[in-house]
Amino acid sequence: MTDLITEDLVILDLVATDKVDAARQLAQKLQAAGRVTDLDGFLADVAAREAQMATGMPGGIGLPHARSDYVTVPSLGLARVPAGVDFGAPDGPATLVFLIAAPTGGGSEHLTILAALARRLVRPAFRQTIIDAPDAAAVASYVQGEVGGQ
Amino acid sequence: MKFVAVTSCPTGIAHTYMAAENLEQAGKAAGHDVQVETQGSAGTVPLSDDVIAAADGVIYAADLEVKGKARFAGKPYIDVGVKKAVHDGEGVIAAAVAAVENAPKAGTPEAAAMAAAAPAPSSSGGGTRNVGVGTKVRQWLMTGVSYMIPFVAAGGILIALGFLFGGEGVVYKTYGSASQPGGMWEGVVYPDIAGGLPAKFLSGDFDAVLSAAGFAGILFVLGKISFFLLVPILSGYIAFAIADRPGLVPGIVGGLLAGLLGAGFLGGLVSGFAAGGIAYAMTRLRVPKGVRGIMPVVVIPLVSVTVVGLFMIFVVGKPIAAATTALTNWLNGLSGSTAILLGVILGLMMGFDLGGPINKVAYTFATAGLTTAIAVQSTGQAQPALQIMAAVMAAGMTPPLGMALATAVRRKLWTEAERENGLACWLLGASFITEGAIPFAAAHPLRVIPSTMAGAAVTGGLVMLFGNELRAPHGGIFVLPLVSSPFLYLLAIAIGTVITAALVILLMSLDAKNTEEIAESEDAIEGVAA
Repeated sequence: MTDLITEDLVILDLVATDKVDAARQLAQKLQAAGRVTDLDGFLADVAAREAQMATGMPGGIGLPHARSDYVTVPSLGLARVPAGVDFGAPDGPATLVFLIAAPTGGGSEHLTILAALARRLVRPAFRQTIIDAPDAAAVASYVQGEVGGQ
Repeated sequence: MKFVAVTSCPTGIAHTYMAAENLEQAGKAAGHDVQVETQGSAGTVPLSDDVIAAADGVIYAADLEVKGKARFAGKPYIDVGVKKAVHDGEGVIAAAVAAVENAPKAGTPEAAAMAAAAPAPSSSGGGTRNVGVGTKVRQWLMTGVSYMIPFVAAGGILIALGFLFGGEGVVYKTYGSASQPGGMWEGVVYPDIAGGLPAKFLSGDFDAVLSAAGFAGILFVLGKISFFLLVPILSGYIAFAIADRPGLVPGIVGGLLAGLLGAGFLGGLVSGFAAGGIAYAMTRLRVPKGVRGIMPVVVIPLVSVTVVGLFMIFVVGKPIAAATTALTNWLNGLSGSTAILLGVILGLMMGFDLGGPINKVAYTFATAGLTTAIAVQSTGQAQPALQIMAAVMAAGMTPPLGMALATAVRRKLWTEAERENGLACWLLGASFITEGAIPFAAAHPLRVIPSTMAGAAVTGGLVMLFGNELRAPHGGIFVLPLVSSPFLYLLAIAIGTVITAALVILLMSLDAKNTEEIAESEDAIEGVAA
């Protein structure tokens, strides 16, 4: 199974105007890696999900996500946003943005990994390690290791 | 506390799990156990029935329809939505704790209503049962009975020890009082033993007891005091089961009145249900905010005790007093009829309320006759009064002995507590302590009372047939040397015991499935009480 996240999917210092822009920049990374086939189609699915309920999470996390026909493999794009970008969380802007892209079909294995990721997001130590990581490769390997993927 | 939670969200890949994690962590931080069922896209691993059963409350942090909601029927719950659980786990846990604390105690009508309002569990749900009204009533009864049983055991065994060390004389020695009406034995006046609170207990004159009957007398009196609490405890905890704490005061006071009025344990059942109902109704009243604070400490106790007390004295007590008088007159009128018929009737009375008013009429009838017969001191010819005393004592021994036998041979029909009470019943029955059967009769009145009546009636008739005579008012097997033809006497008791046991096993087995269900819930009740 393909890794959920690689260093190509990590943006260490993202500057974004708003959450749509942040999601788009991360989605472009996924597209570049061949994980998303149709950028606008995928972003429309993300926006549809975002419209249901804001995905700003406590602890400075933005979590745009979607299950989409345009996703080939389960993927995670991750951006550190030092200046912050508003994802609608009550406790302020997000300084970490996780873009979860899941295919609509397929087995539940990758969904289990995403579930593990979602649980990790709640833990402050997980967030802090990402923030303190020296480079993109370190971020990717840490996250991949944490959620138990190959 | 233990909670179970269900989380779900529209996409089922993020919030569902973040909420789950957050609730678990927040719960842990606050010292609670939270088990979460994530109904997300990664598939749902259902909570086990054991986990659900052990949970104090349920948290729904679900934006989708909760799957298998019926599994949680009847438990206090909060429904917060997934977002709240993600953002404010502490707040959700605090709200859940509050929901559990404010929830009606399991076993109350409201809890039953909550369970009834929930949709019927699907067969795949498992682990849930619809609790019917009959089951509820029996759970209330069993709560009262489970608190009462230790009093029966302690009191009964202390009384038996009193007999063991003091002989049958301990009865009249501890109760003997020239100022009180009663019988006479060997020149000493003694009052009615079957019920009521002896004046000596109230005056605390234990020195007199000690000097009259020694240490055996003290044991005997301790036993009687424990027995005196039987009905108040039964009544109080039935009301407690119905209405929680507010039920306890009117229940205990009502039960005390049932004892003083001679209404026995059946009167205690009446007072327990009346007190529970009134207290429960009062806790449901919507009252102005200013009054609310004094409701639990002043208003509810005051009103509920007054209402239950007046009810017991005037509605229950008066008819019982009238009925007692009428029954006594009727029995006196029967004295001329066939001895065997009289024995059967006395047996039916002894087996009916097991220390209550009917039982007491029969017993008083016998001891009154005994007094006269002994005063006359005629010898050499058959004495009907002594036969009646023998019949009444034998008939009063078979109810506990029959229940002891029934619990010994068909263990599965009874709860653990009942089986232990059954063990004590061997001793209580042998000591003519009919009250030993009360826990069974209170829990399953329609099955136990007919059985104890039948066995006691046969024994009463047989004793009259055999012509056994007894010159002591009490004592069970401890006064066997005072009984004429003791082997026939024991045979009569044994036959009645077997009949009671066989009949009660039959009646209980007819509804065995239901009984098992009750047994489970009783164990649960006892678990809570422990």
